[in-house]
Amino acid sequence: MLTRKVELFVGLFLLTGLLAFCVLVFNVANVELKSSKETYTLRAEFNNIGGLKVRSPVKVGGVVVGRVSKITLDNKKLVPVVTLTMDKEFNQFPETSSLSILTSGLLGEQFLGLTPGFMDDDIEMLADGDRVHDTRSALILEDLIGQLLYSVSSKDN
Amino acid sequence: MGVVSRVADLGRVALDVLAGLGRAGLMLWGAIINVPNISKGLPLVVKQIYVLGVRSMVIIIVSGLFIGMVLALQGYTVLADFGTVESLGPMVALSLLRELGPVVTALLFAGRAGSALTAEIGLMKSTEQLSSLEMMAIDPLRQVIAPRFWAGVISVPLLTMMFCLVGILGGHLVGVEWKGIDSGSFWSILQASIEWRQDIVNCLIKSALFGVVVTWIALYRGYEVTPNPEGISKATTSTVVQASLAVLALDFLLTAIMFGQ
Repeated sequence: MLTRKVELFVGLFLLTGLLAFCVLVFNVANVELKSSKETYTLRAEFNNIGGLKVRSPVKVGGVVVGRVSKITLDNKKLVPVVTLTMDKEFNQFPETSSLSILTSGLLGEQFLGLTPGFMDDDIEMLADGDRVHDTRSALILEDLIGQLLYSVSSKDN
Repeated sequence: MGVVSRVADLGRVALDVLAGLGRAGLMLWGAIINVPNISKGLPLVVKQIYVLGVRSMVIIIVSGLFIGMVLALQGYTVLADFGTVESLGPMVALSLLRELGPVVTALLFAGRAGSALTAEIGLMKSTEQLSSLEMMAIDPLRQVIAPRFWAGVISVPLLTMMFCLVGILGGHLVGVEWKGIDSGSFWSILQASIEWRQDIVNCLIKSALFGVVVTWIALYRGYEVTPNPEGISKATTSTVVQASLAVLALDFLLTAIMFGQ
């Protein structure tokens, strides 16, 4: 026999479980419901992308304006090609803008920093599918140390 | 002659194991395929969710709180050396969502509810209640096994969600309230590092599979019990042992598939 109390407790149990799930999804994982934001894509070639990953953020002065959606290698030039998915809300970047791979903090994750370029009459805005020409590769710590050691030893001689 | 009989012994053990697996599979199949019609079966499932799920809530919530707190405390001492105490949030949340939440919940569920299931079914079997049901043309798989199985499979993921949430709150309690990490950076770094597909969906998949495995083992051990007091005590013990081992081994396998790349 099912008593009313048992049903009540089971209902509360299910609700608590679902509530915990919702809090985890919306508060802890911070999922936003309006995920179907309008986006446009940009491409950029780098010499070295370091530790950049898919889903790394693209920031302008610290504000996230897009994410890395794909990383491949150009088969002819043999350089990494990064595809960015940018938020349509931010679509006023001139063609002269530059992309550089930066690191948050000394040991943090790497992200793409977008620096808006100068504006002029004959300069257009970056649009869907455009390529960002001015790119700066990741700072590889090992290379820097190598250069430092090289310059120190060449001074000694 | 001695060697031959050894080989024969080995063969018999292997055949016994296979036959056992086959019987367990048949029992599960019988329980799943006999989906009871909703109006009759639902009250049985609700009753079992009360027994298995609601009654396990207290132990799950209390242990979740303590595990979250202890994780935060231990993590704090290590992270403080590197001056990155703000990363305490993701550390606690990731270890809870990816590993500890599903695993510890399943282990506690095996101890708290699985053993009780085995003892209950085992006693039903020993006192020939299952056979009497069959004589009255009621399928014991449908009437007894199926509702318990579904109740277990529904309860474990929900309990896991509660466990993870309470654990994260416990980590917040120690990290922010006691150790004085800034509340804003605790939550913002936590939110930035947890992904819904990678972490929460995988947590749910893990816990649902653990629910299936633990409930299945518990039911099978009870169903195949040697009908005497010693048999029931053995079956209860082997439920807890086998379910725990199965959960831990399955967890490694799932982690390797989900996060090993």
